[in-house]
Amino acid sequence: MTQHAARRSRQLRAAARAAVVLLSLSIVSAAGAANAPALKAGVFDPPRAAPDFSLKGSDGRDLKLSQYRGKVVVLGFGFTSCPDVCPTTLGTLAQTRRNLGAAAANVQVIYVTVDPERDVVERMQKYLAGFDRTFVGGTGTAAELAAVRKDYGVSAEKKSIGDTYTYAHSSFTYLIDRSGKIRALMPYGHSPDDYVNDLTILLKE
Amino acid sequence: MRSLLLVILASGAVAALGWTGFAPIATPASRDQVFEIPKGTWKRRMSGDKVEILPNHIRLTLGIRDILVLRNLDDVPQIFGPTLMMPGQSFRLPFEKAAEYQFACTAHASGQMTIIVEPNPNTPWARILWRSRSFVHKLTATQQAT
Repeated sequence: MTQHAARRSRQLRAAARAAVVLLSLSIVSAAGAANAPALKAGVFDPPRAAPDFSLKGSDGRDLKLSQYRGKVVVLGFGFTSCPDVCPTTLGTLAQTRRNLGAAAANVQVIYVTVDPERDVVERMQKYLAGFDRTFVGGTGTAAELAAVRKDYGVSAEKKSIGDTYTYAHSSFTYLIDRSGKIRALMPYGHSPDDYVNDLTILLKE
Repeated sequence: MRSLLLVILASGAVAALGWTGFAPIATPASRDQVFEIPKGTWKRRMSGDKVEILPNHIRLTLGIRDILVLRNLDDVPQIFGPTLMMPGQSFRLPFEKAAEYQFACTAHASGQMTIIVEPNPNTPWARILWRSRSFVHKLTATQQAT
C-alpha cells in the first residue's frame, strides 16, 4: 500500500466514524423529541422571541416583559369590565397557580388591558388582586397598547352597547418560556389541569 | 329473474351499509389537518388578489383528524387563524374535547373562525354519518381540483 493510499484509507475510516457518531446523535435526538411530553396548548415551531414591551404595571411600577426572564410567563389580553372571558381565564390561572404549589413562584401571569380608558393602574391592581395577588396588569396609552397587540397578533374591537361599550378581543394566552420565547398559545376554555401540565413541562426546561 | 336481481341489489346495499356502520375506522398515520400560507401570498394580496386559505369553518374528528396545523410559508409575518405567525413558522394545536371553538381571526371577513371538533365516531350510526361526510368532502375536493 502506498503512503497516499494509506492516508486515504485513514481519512475514509475517520469519515465513517464521524458519520456513525452523527447518525447516533440524530437517532437519540429524534427519540428524545418523540418522547418529549406533549403540551396541551398550540405549539409554535420554531418559537420566536417574545417582543418586549414597556407599560405601566398595576403595581405602580414600570412593566417590562424582559424583567421576568427566568420565569415562565402567561401573557393574556383583556379588560376589567369583561363579563365572561377574562374572569374565567383569570380564575383558571389563579387555580393553576394554587395547583402548582411551590413551583408557582416561577410562573408570572401578566394581563395587558385592551381598555386604556377605564383600566387605570388602581383599577387593574384591585381587579387582579381579587384573583391572585401576584398577577400583574399592564396598561398604557391607546397607542402603546395597540403596538403591543400588533406585536402579538392580538385583536381588540371596541363595540358600543347603549351608552357604554365593550371589547371583542382575542381570548387566548401565550406561554412564554424562561428564555423569553413564545412557545405556545393556550386557547380559551382550557382547564387548570391543562395549564399545570404545560407550565410544569416548561418549568422543567 | 327480476326478483333475484332485486334480492342481490338489496343484499349488496345491506352489506355496504353494514360495512359502513360496523367496520372500524382506522386511525391514520397522521392526525394533522394542515393549512398552509403559500409563498407569495402577501404579494398576491397586495396586487388585489383575494386569497382565501382558511375556511370559515374547519371540521375535525377526535382520534382521526384532531390536530390543526398552520404553516406560514410566505416571506412576511401573517395573521393566520388565531395567531400571528412568522415566515417559516408553524403552529400545531391539538384538540382533546369535542366542542365548537371560536377564534377571533382577522384573516376572515367575519372576524371569526370556527373549529368544530366532533367526537370519535364509535357507534354504527356515527360511522355511517362520518363516512358519508368524508365521501362527499373528498368528492367535492376532487371536483374543485379538476
